[in-house]
Amino acid sequence: MFLWFHKLGSPPHFYRIAGKWIPWLGWIFLLLLAAGLYGGLVEAPPDYQQGESYRIIFVHVPSAWMSLFIYVVMAICGAIIIIWHMKLAEVVLISSAPIGASFTFLALVTGSLWGKPMWGTYWVWDARLTSELILLFLYLGIIGLHNAIDDKRTAGRAVAILALVGVVNIPIIHYSVEWWHSLHQGPTVTKFDKPSIHWSMLLPLLLMALAFQVYYVLALFQKCRAELLRRERNSKWVEEL
Amino acid sequence: MSHRLSLSQAFVFLLRRDLLLALRNRAEYAMPLLFFVLVITLFPLALGASPELLARIAPGIIWVAALLAAMLSLDSIFRSDFDDGSLEQILLSAHPVAVLVLAKVSAHWLVTGLPLLLVAPLLAEMLGMPVAAQTTLLLTILIGTPILSLIGAIGVALTVGLRKGGIILSLLVLPLYVPVLIFAASATENAASGFDPSAQIYMLLAFLFLSISLSPWATAAALRMSAS
Repeated sequence: MFLWFHKLGSPPHFYRIAGKWIPWLGWIFLLLLAAGLYGGLVEAPPDYQQGESYRIIFVHVPSAWMSLFIYVVMAICGAIIIIWHMKLAEVVLISSAPIGASFTFLALVTGSLWGKPMWGTYWVWDARLTSELILLFLYLGIIGLHNAIDDKRTAGRAVAILALVGVVNIPIIHYSVEWWHSLHQGPTVTKFDKPSIHWSMLLPLLLMALAFQVYYVLALFQKCRAELLRRERNSKWVEEL
Repeated sequence: MSHRLSLSQAFVFLLRRDLLLALRNRAEYAMPLLFFVLVITLFPLALGASPELLARIAPGIIWVAALLAAMLSLDSIFRSDFDDGSLEQILLSAHPVAVLVLAKVSAHWLVTGLPLLLVAPLLAEMLGMPVAAQTTLLLTILIGTPILSLIGAIGVALTVGLRKGGIILSLLVLPLYVPVLIFAASATENAASGFDPSAQIYMLLAFLFLSISLSPWATAAALRMSAS
């Protein structure tokens, strides 16, 4: 087990393994996506309150989940970098950031598109929306910091510290924004009761979540391979490729 | 070296050194304060001088201005030490860097955060804030500005080695300032409309203790990274 972990940490080994997995992951992703979309857009019945427009949750909810999940992955990578100075963790951290930022952006865009027919407005300063927006800024900060530092080993450690500080702050930001809303007596009624979800809607939702999860690993592997090549372009194993 | 400083001596020594440097460099440290006053002056000009409107948004304005002023002054925590090499001496010292960082952050707060406390009542009065809310405002500034310095120190430590650190710094630090802004402004607002603000004050105090205990470690790690 330890040996496996140790081997996975070596760039050439990871490069080869990831290259082998990518086509498989691609097919699994397409299958799950097709099944999830069919289930969500065709099979699932329209909602009795929201009609057809609720179907955007099949994209919106999984991307919102992913936006949080990826940040946690990055924070774990940050801890690994600080403790073990593992090169691969730096690559995974920085390759995850743009993917996470995209999912956050997607969650915000689909959410506001959904908000227009449901709430009558694209944007309200609701707790969830505001903290998701701040999460997007945290992602962009990490990407910006990484770009600003020329030496990539130093940059890796810098973003590791930032990711860890951010993960301490995310729950604080989340709850502060939530309490702020409830303290204020918000002017807009943004609450709508979620009926406990029927399995015909839940199943496609879970399939889509799984598909997004696989997509993340797929995109991560591709970005990591590119980043590894860029970082190790002077090493022997890259020349041998 | 005839004798070694104890940890508390080193703390006091560094604090005194930074305060002395600030004293010799008064003009530089007066800038954030001027900026604070200037930003607040802009709001009545932009929004019109209707007294009820200004009184209602005064807590928000004052806190946003305090946030921006704090951000503007952050760079001075480590910049000159980084440039002249004394930062490396601090990192090489036998004492835990986190404690020395705390000394530097305290000095920074004394010269940039504390003066806001002195100007704020004047500005609050000018904006027509109710007297009952003014004590709460001062209390939130007293508790809130050290948090801004402590969180900001992490950001500065991460960006001090960069040529164009300024714009990145704001992107890193402002999202982390959000909770302080929310609780401080809503405490003041509660007090202005006659409610009890103590819940928010306690939350701010909790943030203060959390950041005192965690931020120096993160700052020290970031400084080691920047200086290497």
